[in-house]
Amino acid sequence: MKNNSKAKPLNFSTAWTYAPAPEGTEHIQLNERYGLFINGKFTAPSGGKYFDTINPATEKKIASVGEAGTADVDKAVKAARTAYDKTWAKMPAAERGKYLYRIARIIQEKARELAVIESMDGGKPIRESRDIDVPLAAAHFFYYAGWADKLDYAFPGRTAKPLGVAGQIIPWNFPLLMAAWKIAPALACGNTVVLKPAETTPLTALKLAEIIQEADLPPGVVNIITGAGATGAAIVNHPGIDKVAFTGSTDVGKIIQRALAGTDKKYTLELGGKAANIIFEDAAIDQAVEGIVNGIFFNQGHVCCAGSRLFIQEGVAKEVLRKLKDRISTLIVGDPLDKNTDIGAINSKAQLNKIKSLVQAGIKEGGDCWQSDCAVPSKGFWFRPTLFTGVAQSSRIVQEEIFGPVLAIQTFRTLEEVVEKANNTPYGLSGGVWTDKGSKIFKVTGKIKAGVLWANTYNKFDPTSPFGGYKESGVGREGGLHGLSPYVHLS
Amino acid sequence: MATTTATGKAKKAAPHTLNGKANGSAVTKNRLEVRKTYKIYIDGKFPRTESGRVYALKNAAGEVIANICRGSRKDLRDSVVSNRKAQEAWAKRSAYNRGQILYRIAETLEGRRAQFADTLTKQGYTATAAQKEIDASIDLLVYYAGWSDKYTQVFSSVNPVESSHFNFSYHEPMGIVTIIAEQNSGLLGIVASAIPVITGGNTCTVMVSEKYPMTAIDFAEVLHASDVPGGVINLITGYRKEFTGHASSHMDVNAIVYNDLSAEDRKLVQTNAALNVKRVIDFSKEPLLNPYRILAAQEVKTTWHPIGS
Repeated sequence: MKNNSKAKPLNFSTAWTYAPAPEGTEHIQLNERYGLFINGKFTAPSGGKYFDTINPATEKKIASVGEAGTADVDKAVKAARTAYDKTWAKMPAAERGKYLYRIARIIQEKARELAVIESMDGGKPIRESRDIDVPLAAAHFFYYAGWADKLDYAFPGRTAKPLGVAGQIIPWNFPLLMAAWKIAPALACGNTVVLKPAETTPLTALKLAEIIQEADLPPGVVNIITGAGATGAAIVNHPGIDKVAFTGSTDVGKIIQRALAGTDKKYTLELGGKAANIIFEDAAIDQAVEGIVNGIFFNQGHVCCAGSRLFIQEGVAKEVLRKLKDRISTLIVGDPLDKNTDIGAINSKAQLNKIKSLVQAGIKEGGDCWQSDCAVPSKGFWFRPTLFTGVAQSSRIVQEEIFGPVLAIQTFRTLEEVVEKANNTPYGLSGGVWTDKGSKIFKVTGKIKAGVLWANTYNKFDPTSPFGGYKESGVGREGGLHGLSPYVHLS
Repeated sequence: MATTTATGKAKKAAPHTLNGKANGSAVTKNRLEVRKTYKIYIDGKFPRTESGRVYALKNAAGEVIANICRGSRKDLRDSVVSNRKAQEAWAKRSAYNRGQILYRIAETLEGRRAQFADTLTKQGYTATAAQKEIDASIDLLVYYAGWSDKYTQVFSSVNPVESSHFNFSYHEPMGIVTIIAEQNSGLLGIVASAIPVITGGNTCTVMVSEKYPMTAIDFAEVLHASDVPGGVINLITGYRKEFTGHASSHMDVNAIVYNDLSAEDRKLVQTNAALNVKRVIDFSKEPLLNPYRILAAQEVKTTWHPIGS
């Protein structure tokens, strides 16, 4: 510590610069225009309307996709119902599982293409789409495939029956992965689905529709329709839907919960978060700094479980802050397709504006703002990694979900104090704890009111690991054994 | 216990004597009955409703048998404050200890079956129905006492993640649960909703039946005598229509349980629940004796830790 505090600030101007290493795009196959995937076929939207999906790193159009109106939603729900009644729910469970295995395998075969399209459409670094999003999506199908004929073991003492047609609405931060999280358990349990990807990132879901065709899944078992909020509302409110699964903001989650009041529809909601990442004095500081960086800058901070509130124990606050700034200064912001890129493009202009306005609010409320001075491309949507110190519990940037690369930093003295601060939020999705003391890990992770706790690690995901929030971060779990129950009726 | 049989009939006991005089029932012919004041139960105490209001409970013959507190929104708020204060400590008790306390409630209730039979029949139960309800309530308590230290074992998991991490999921209480107990039950309705909820470390406020409120308060006395910490179960009497909205809109309540709400009230509860993403739990189709009643008011927490040196 003593030596470190006298250390010279790191000078990165003398460091080697990385030559561009962009992933090739020549092998991907994209149509100029996509219809709606209903009953096993791509069909034109009944209203004849299409909208563009752009590359947020270049602001250039990639393709246009159909806008599903209420008539299209109705068609999709009916196709799903027919498939449920006539084929899917009746099929021997082991056969259902085999279809899911097929999907998993084709995703693996086309992994590179999917990763490139994911990075083009959503702005995330290719390293993440290649190493995390796509392999996890395949793993999800593979995991739930095996559950299809083993449900009796998942619910001791009860019999599990499918619910019927699931309406699923997913966000733009992990487009293909969220589709897999939603579709795989629903299908394994014998349900059929109508899925709507986010309007800014529809392409990998449509590629998944092609994969589903290629897997010869019976028509109507999976329907994928594109559109914005109105399409989502039409799915939620359709009387033929038995279950709604939504991942997105807490505001919209509450609207959905209200809209479903008085119906018999089941629902799971994966909503926002404002996770505390807690560094104790006895933590391995360098590891913790890596964990903080991964916690908040993974996927540009577009992560509901992002470690967006950092709590540093006072004794190491200076050291952690210095090391954190040094580390952040090395992060490369830029071309999502470049294999060296750490932070890609902000997903949309709207999201960029939201991040900017919350950062402005943070400055106005008296927070000290520090930003990396890294270069960013001139075109596209970018935001430099940003830290705030000198913020209060009541600051908007401490209370509100920013969903961007912005970290609010506070300090603490005692365990009890930090637990209270960590829990002082309406959210309860995730949290992180860094300490070398096992007993402290159990104490703190036990006291944080959140669904996923990472100790000496952060932002890890796995199909076998349940994910979901306490309080206003949502209802229900996805992933693992516990991710089956939202898709079954127990008798 | 010794003076009571399984069917609740009192055996002939030798008259007690005091200063040589008989002190048994023989001398009470012209004795004026001491009536009971029915108050609500919050934080281990028996206050009157803050509102000062009562409603007259009548028997089948139309005679007033008790003035029952008509609890208010303020009572509910006080109750939730006490629930919050009690919740962490209750959840922190060992599963073994919670199980013993639940078993203790069963013991106390068994010892007071005559009182419950009397109060239930006063409110209109037949003698047979009263006995059946008492039996079922005691047995239910014993059943959940046994689950207290087992549901975590049965329903938790160690998750075989691909990366080098130890990853496990287990259940934690949701926190505070408001319960709208069934109208058509004086005892079992409360026990069947509240006991699974507290078995899992939650604390709760129960809005009891308007029709059978007297046994609810008798049951509060049982809780009070069974080492159940104050604030773990609070019982409020009053009009359901005055509670349903508040019980579902209170921002410090994590979940709400109901059984027999009208379609209109279900919609109200579900709409209000969205204010703070409250969990809505419908027990109407859930068998009485089953661990999924406990799980209904539980969150799943998953923890990751690297495996390495």
